[in-house]
Amino acid sequence: MSEQVIFTFDVDGDDFTSAGQASSQVKRNLRQLGIAPDIIKRVSIAMYEGEINMVIHAGGGTANVAVTEEYIEIVLSDQGPGIKDITQAMQEGFSTAPDDVRSLGFGAGMGLPNMKRYTDYMDIQSQVDVGTTITMRVNLPS
Amino acid sequence: MKVTVNTLLSMDGFSPVAIADGEAQIEGVYIGDLLSWVMGRANAGDAWITIMSNINILAVATLSDVACIILAEGVQLEEEVKTAAQQKGINVISSDMSAYHIAAALSKAL
Repeated sequence: MSEQVIFTFDVDGDDFTSAGQASSQVKRNLRQLGIAPDIIKRVSIAMYEGEINMVIHAGGGTANVAVTEEYIEIVLSDQGPGIKDITQAMQEGFSTAPDDVRSLGFGAGMGLPNMKRYTDYMDIQSQVDVGTTITMRVNLPS
Repeated sequence: MKVTVNTLLSMDGFSPVAIADGEAQIEGVYIGDLLSWVMGRANAGDAWITIMSNINILAVATLSDVACIILAEGVQLEEEVKTAAQQKGINVISSDMSAYHIAAALSKAL
């Protein structure tokens, strides 16, 4: 049986400026576990993009990070408005973020594509008016 | 030649905003203001030149392991962001020069 290390975070939806706390903490935790820097970078970027999305669109949510022998799994869950058209949302440049978010350097429609780019596996389950759960995995070298 | 954050601060036109580790080595340069883009493409050890000044630049700097943030065109940090940079141990430098001129100065030094 493989041993799992799990980290759980609440992502505060009211405070756009605090986004990044969970991913920064995960980065520190993974460093302590001796995970390779390039893997840590991919995990923390994918997670930060997810955090930002939850703050911009969903009023916050939860983030769970599990470290197994084979991969690092990030599960982001929110009870936000859901994603109407996932295929469209996955297109680089497509964004429904408001202008004030764009002026902060986000909202360019790169969040979801970046999450896919930096992970080996990504699954989006979303229902309009119910919420969204995104599962991402970054494989660990065997 | 080894270029550190302190080396940069000794050059004309650069002033400290928050310095946690002046001996951090600068190995390259990245210029960009779109945070998602910067996060994915800046390399560890880069000096990141930007005109963005909101608190999210600190998370991006942490995640991408840049050596320092250089605020171009005289952009200032709000006191709250400056304090957070100090707490998080992130080097922030400011300059009145444009991103181009900062990069050109770094290109000569590196």
